[in-house]
Amino acid sequence: MLYSEKVMDHFTNPRNVGVIENADGVGEVGNAKCGDIMKIYLKIENDIIADVKFETFGCGSAIASSSMATEMIKGKPLSEALTLTNKAVAEALDGLPAHKLHCSVLAEEAVKAAVKDYYDKNGIEYDHAIFPDCASCGHCETGECH
Amino acid sequence: MNIYADNAATTKMSKAAIEAMLPYFDQIYGNPSSLHSTGQYAAEALFMARKIIAEILGCDAREITFTSGGSEADNQAIVSAASIGAKKGKKHIISSAIEHHAVLHTLEKLKKQGFEITLLDAHENGIVRPEELAAAIRPDTALVTIMYANNEIGSIQPIAELGKICREKGVIFHTDAVQAVGHVKINVVEDNIDMLSLSAHKFHGPKGIGVLYAKKGIPLTNLIEGGAQERGKRAGTENLPAIMGMAAALKEAVSDIDENTAKLIPLRDRLIEGLLQIPHTVLNGDPKLRLPGNANVCFEGIEGESLLLLLDSKGICASSGSACTSDSLDPSHVLLAIGRPHEVAHGSLRLSLSEENTIEEIDYMIEAIKEVVAYLRNMSPVWRDLQEGKRSYVIQ
Repeated sequence: MLYSEKVMDHFTNPRNVGVIENADGVGEVGNAKCGDIMKIYLKIENDIIADVKFETFGCGSAIASSSMATEMIKGKPLSEALTLTNKAVAEALDGLPAHKLHCSVLAEEAVKAAVKDYYDKNGIEYDHAIFPDCASCGHCETGECH
Repeated sequence: MNIYADNAATTKMSKAAIEAMLPYFDQIYGNPSSLHSTGQYAAEALFMARKIIAEILGCDAREITFTSGGSEADNQAIVSAASIGAKKGKKHIISSAIEHHAVLHTLEKLKKQGFEITLLDAHENGIVRPEELAAAIRPDTALVTIMYANNEIGSIQPIAELGKICREKGVIFHTDAVQAVGHVKINVVEDNIDMLSLSAHKFHGPKGIGVLYAKKGIPLTNLIEGGAQERGKRAGTENLPAIMGMAAALKEAVSDIDENTAKLIPLRDRLIEGLLQIPHTVLNGDPKLRLPGNANVCFEGIEGESLLLLLDSKGICASSGSACTSDSLDPSHVLLAIGRPHEVAHGSLRLSLSEENTIEEIDYMIEAIKEVVAYLRNMSPVWRDLQEGKRSYVIQ
């Protein structure tokens, strides 16, 4: 089997799928050309992630990574959500095949993008260094996926 | 329920092929190159298998070289024709944009050695136009290599016509017929073919065995050096059980070809019609000029790998041209070549049927695929954007 049981579980029974209407923060990363887009919606109450939903266009590991990432940040303070790493997502899924690791990177980026959106919308000051720009990932260089 | 709909990847071996192989493991196990009678029994069997295959293809037994499969046959055909051309100062090769990687990667290698490669457009229906081939041939063209039928989208090329053009211009014509042999009627004389590659496991034969047909007068270049097997053109003790299995499988496939085609085309068309009921779905390849068992569509707004995994959980074995089904980040070069944009090519599904599939299986697959596509679209931000008008549909 290509994927661990954990990946298959989160892929076939994804947690937190859907949309939050009037979400406090929304983050979308990826590129349809490259075959994966992740969108994360956050409901924030007192700096805590009260609810989180996701939508993903992508392969099994992209869907599983989104599902796992939402589980890992639900109910957590924003400061903790921002420490979520792609490595932690991949480990929580009992590993991903090497050529699928970028799916966990997308999950980390989607969470960060959603938090950033919340900060921007509410005029909250933050350290820009914790939000790397898209180019640093290299996944979708010039949108050509090479 | 387990439905195997990935026959373009490989097929289940037929009983006839398995039975034909068995005596050659522990009864007639000699080396055909040995002088003793145990070896000579094996040599006789090898001779018979070669004769059966040659008769089916319409050529002479001496024009058949056994290889490890389709990829080796493609490699050897192209390298041989390139070598013949190079000796005469001809270093131009024509092929198509939708060839198998066994052809395209061999051409890439030749390009690095100074050959110039022209890839013909396969247009939206996946079919090369003969007039475009005629226009592309130059005085220094050494080889034209165009596949008989495409492995992904099933489109069948006008091979006899393409071969005729090559013959008139005195250019060697090779066809990768791996997907076609045993499924459509082929005769190398009537089809004007100089070289042809085939692989046994695509027509219910064993894996690891294939054939390169090369017309008399076309000297082959060795890829494997060693003993004098295959008239010195392919060293290594012959894989006799596999060769016997291949001959039996081919004989059966060709004798049942009319019956199988008559059964498969209605199944294929029912499947395609059912899949096209799903909104924003498009057929890849020509609706008529396609392999009897091939259905290939793109669904907008979803990605193929997740589709395959969910279909597998419903007992359906299928395939996709999505990047996520390979180690590459690019989707299928074939789907891109026929004009599908990246985001649509990622959502492709290939179902390749055999005569063992039933109408009940077709109907089950249509329902299962409808469900899975709706489920994935429901969680796809791309699909939401399409529905909300934030993104335009590529497939109407």
